[in-house]
Amino acid sequence: MAETRVPTVIADELHIVYRVNGAKTGKGSATAALSRIIKRGEERGVRKVHAVKGVSFVAYRGEAIGLIGSNGSGKSTLLRAIAGLLPAEKGKVYTDGQPSLLGVNAALMNDLTGERNVILGGLAMGMSREQIKARYQEIVDFSGINEKGDFITLPMRTYSSGMAARLRFSIAAAKDHDVLMIDEALATGDRKFQKRSEARIRELRKEAGTVFLVSHNNKSIRDTCDRVLWLERGELRMDGPTEEVLKEYETFTGK
Amino acid sequence: MSDRPSPDDGLSAAELAAKYGLSVSGARPGLAEYVRQMWGRRHFILAFSQAKLTAQYSQAKLGQLWQVATPLLNALVYFLIFGLILNADRGMSREVYIPFLVTGVFVFTFTQSSVMAGVRAISGNLGLVRALHFPRASLPISFALQQLQQLMFSMIVMFAVAIGFGSYPSLSWLLILPVLALQFCFNTGLALVFARMGAKTPDLAQLMPFVMRTWMYASGVMFSIPVMLADHPQWIADVLQWNPAAIYMDLMRFALIDGYGSENLPPHVWAVAGGWAALVALGGFVYFWKAEERYGRG
Repeated sequence: MAETRVPTVIADELHIVYRVNGAKTGKGSATAALSRIIKRGEERGVRKVHAVKGVSFVAYRGEAIGLIGSNGSGKSTLLRAIAGLLPAEKGKVYTDGQPSLLGVNAALMNDLTGERNVILGGLAMGMSREQIKARYQEIVDFSGINEKGDFITLPMRTYSSGMAARLRFSIAAAKDHDVLMIDEALATGDRKFQKRSEARIRELRKEAGTVFLVSHNNKSIRDTCDRVLWLERGELRMDGPTEEVLKEYETFTGK
Repeated sequence: MSDRPSPDDGLSAAELAAKYGLSVSGARPGLAEYVRQMWGRRHFILAFSQAKLTAQYSQAKLGQLWQVATPLLNALVYFLIFGLILNADRGMSREVYIPFLVTGVFVFTFTQSSVMAGVRAISGNLGLVRALHFPRASLPISFALQQLQQLMFSMIVMFAVAIGFGSYPSLSWLLILPVLALQFCFNTGLALVFARMGAKTPDLAQLMPFVMRTWMYASGVMFSIPVMLADHPQWIADVLQWNPAAIYMDLMRFALIDGYGSENLPPHVWAVAGGWAALVALGGFVYFWKAEERYGRG
């Protein structure tokens, strides 16, 4: 690593709280719900889920950081907060440029053809029409959708789940990012496609300043990351070099 | 973390961020910057609205034919109830009343569905909001645009009905364009307002159909306000006639129907139509932008 380390992401005592409507608290009757709506101020009908509790860290340019922890420990939430997609309850995240989450699923529509979804997904990620046109063939070839016939002109709802996942990944991975965040994106498709997507992620890593990877697969964390953050119940339990943290984590999970 | 001493040790997070020019993630941009970002996303806004429109009927056998068939059936139902059974025409000739009714229904539906889509624009698309970066106002604007395109299909039916009842295309039909533009601005503003409110209180999606229906009956969709309220104080009719939904409906009827002359329009009608559009569009945009960084909390 270079002598002067340039920070790209700083999380400062970050707290994230989800508010869930309709989760049962207290009396579940309609009148109770009505009185909760009428009484303003403290939102009482709403249950709060404190997903991330006071996490602080500094990430530097050129780092690949793995996020580990059991299910529901706040890994994905933390990623979204870094990307500025989830508002922080307390604390702040500072970033260099605009971090982006690798994933475009939410923008795609099952009733549209694969072709239109490539365009829609690209536009949703902020690519221009020209950029999409230039990358279009590359995206389709990468997904391998057309290997077994002309599937790209069929609606996405007719795809098998594996095919749909491959197309989604191909669209998402078509854009270059400053700070890139990947949420278990490696585990899609068949063996052949997994290899291809791993290679693409390595490419993206080289181009991106900093990479965050959420995964339950300790092997892919070892392969790609040089630093690991271990989250447990929304708290940062450990932060250090990959081997050190993974060793502790594996003891903890009894592996 | 770092095992080497660094010149940055001892700096607070904020100082460190300032030193390297890092900015707060997810902070709300200034209004001018926000408008610039929106402009950058214009292709997305258009593509998203078209995609939604196409996806709507993609599983039906008749496919996109439903874009026209749905408003046609709608017009038929209203004709059956109000034209044949209730005789709500109140002295209007059939040649005027049927196009009057159909125009009213379509124009009001445009506003109504823009509001309903607005309420769900953020709360119904949390997945999208939590996954990708874009100015959030893109969503309500895109939904309003979808309704505009939907209205374009309804216009085919509207033209057919007008011609069928003896109002032939004339120069006054050109007035449809400014009316549509103004109403679209008004609807977009309304969609933005309700998108912010709906993001905070999703219950509005349950409440709004009733509000919208009340508004519809009060706006003279199936009757003429001055005729219907002739024996009531004048100010009630005035208030109802000056409400934006009635204004846009009346202007559209004036443009389209031969027997519906300017004597049916309130004074200064174009100024009022423009005023409503500007006020609600600008106000709605600023109101929506003010909470930009909070969408997505759910």
